[in-house]
Amino acid sequence: MEMVLSAAIGVLAASGIWLLLRPRTFQVIVGLCLLSYAVNLFIFAMGRITLGAPPIMPRGGFIDPTAYADPLPQALVLTAIVISFATTALFLVVMIASRGLTGTDHVDGQEREP
Amino acid sequence: MSLGPEHLIIAPILIPFFAGAMMLVYDERQRRAKLTISLIAVAATLLAAMELLVRSKGSELTGNNDIGFYLLGDWAAPYGIVLVVDRLSAMMLVLTGLLALPALLYAAAGWHRQGQHFHSMFQFLLMGVNGAFLTGDLFNLFVFFEVLLAASYGLLLHGGGQFRVRGGLHYIAINLTGSLLFLVGVSLVYGATGTLNMAQLSMMVPVLPEAQRPMFHAGAAIMALAFLIKAGIWPMSFWLPTAYMAGAAPVAAMFAIMTKVGVYVILRLSLLLFGAGAGASAGFGAEVMIAGGMATVVFGFLGVLASQGLGRMAAHLVLVSSGTVLAVGGFVLAGGGAQILAAALFYLLSSTLAISALFLLIEPMSREDGGIAALLALTADAYGLDEREEDRQPEVGLAIPGTLTVLGLSFGACVIALAGLPPLSGFIGKIGILQGLLAEGAETPALSWAFVALLILSGFATLVGLVRVGIQTFWATEGEPPKVLALEIAPVVALIALLIVLTIKADVTLGYMRDTAEAVLQPSIYAEGVLGAPRAAEGEASD
Repeated sequence: MEMVLSAAIGVLAASGIWLLLRPRTFQVIVGLCLLSYAVNLFIFAMGRITLGAPPIMPRGGFIDPTAYADPLPQALVLTAIVISFATTALFLVVMIASRGLTGTDHVDGQEREP
Repeated sequence: MSLGPEHLIIAPILIPFFAGAMMLVYDERQRRAKLTISLIAVAATLLAAMELLVRSKGSELTGNNDIGFYLLGDWAAPYGIVLVVDRLSAMMLVLTGLLALPALLYAAAGWHRQGQHFHSMFQFLLMGVNGAFLTGDLFNLFVFFEVLLAASYGLLLHGGGQFRVRGGLHYIAINLTGSLLFLVGVSLVYGATGTLNMAQLSMMVPVLPEAQRPMFHAGAAIMALAFLIKAGIWPMSFWLPTAYMAGAAPVAAMFAIMTKVGVYVILRLSLLLFGAGAGASAGFGAEVMIAGGMATVVFGFLGVLASQGLGRMAAHLVLVSSGTVLAVGGFVLAGGGAQILAAALFYLLSSTLAISALFLLIEPMSREDGGIAALLALTADAYGLDEREEDRQPEVGLAIPGTLTVLGLSFGACVIALAGLPPLSGFIGKIGILQGLLAEGAETPALSWAFVALLILSGFATLVGLVRVGIQTFWATEGEPPKVLALEIAPVVALIALLIVLTIKADVTLGYMRDTAEAVLQPSIYAEGVLGAPRAAEGEASD
């Protein structure tokens, strides 16, 4: 389980970083998406991996905290997903504007001299 | 729940938020109404910030340092999110307000007509900046960073054009990556310590189990990377000159505070988490801050010397300013003492105001076919800048007489303040830093001397670069002087007047800075204060 999760985070992050360094705006935006998936999984993993445990405790009485998942990283992931979704959408708009204004999808707005 | 004076702490966040949201309902043509709402909101925020500043001074009883708390949702401190106002954050709030008012007035002269929703985005930017200064929780800090960044993306693109869109594209890509780094750092810190409350973190660092310490350090370092990108440290500053140059004048003037948000967070967190009382973690990252800050100053002043246009020059001056404060922060973290930090805070205040004034001066100075205008037109050709400037409708409004004299005097004042020449406030800040370095330089004399040399060199380079542009613009012009509206020059004059007040009242300001520095160097005051903050429900029960 740990191996699978960490491998998934690693592969996503590596692909994201590679795409982020590419010269086309579309590659950059896909890279940012992959990177944000990796980060979201990473935040989730930082709350320790528990299987099938609920994050919310019932009211009253003594409760064994080890039987429950940490709710905080789950809340953080939710916030992070919403924010990165919104900013990625905004980036997409700027990307399309840049494509329209410059006529190229190069990140610098012009092709590199051959 | 009563609306007592303690609710003032959240006012610098709520006022811009409601003002910005309200203006979204107004039609784009009702600019006068929007401008009025905007001005009222900014003025109210500034007043609230000033009141918070007065309160944070406290009395003799509290050791001249009162920390205000605001428990959101009335959850006790380490569990809920807490807003904290102390001397440092109150000072930054006031600085934000002092920059926002002139920038808004300048925008009223024409810039707010160049695109949509200028005033709303401006208010949301203020909300994000103020929130980042006030929050006492790491994840909440992330949220406010995103608020201010989202608003800044919109503001940077305000006015449109190819140059802005391209600069904006780079700016957004860099900042999205920075935010992801921030998230990785925050989750590592949470994984190692189990808390995101800055006060609780500060208490936990000295007693952290040795096995967790490397992970905590890694998290803090990755998080710091995100703030350092915003502060524009070399080698992560290549996006900054283009982005600041691309922004419209009032936007660039407001962006002068954005690097300072990064610097503020770095100072606050490093002194809180890695101060002298942090046990095995004390002084973590000090070398990086000193080296990075010094490299930034070098990059900045070389950039000033190499720049062709005033815009690029001003953007590099932003780097010099934030690099200087970062390096001083490193020296303080390595055991530098309160005096040097106080001087650096004074320098931060003075240089931010001066850079903001300079950004507002650029456009009026380059309006006609003077030397700098020709230079800028050349740059505009090379970069494919749009011709919007020339197509603008003739402005209605009061034009001022003796334009070149007023512009020249304002520019001169900016040069003096930025280069650190007497008699303006830049000199006082720099001399304070130099004194502190030489007095306390016993530990790392070589580094201190190197930084002293850099400070003097950077001042000299600023002088050379800016004077060159000044000569071209004011002495080598022929023909009609540019037509500048009173509304455009008034904000610049106001900012310079603030610099003069800062100079005349230097003893008061420096005294405030000294107490601030001493309070910041004792993180236990902050930590114990926050964790002991009483809940409103408990207060009511005991009444």
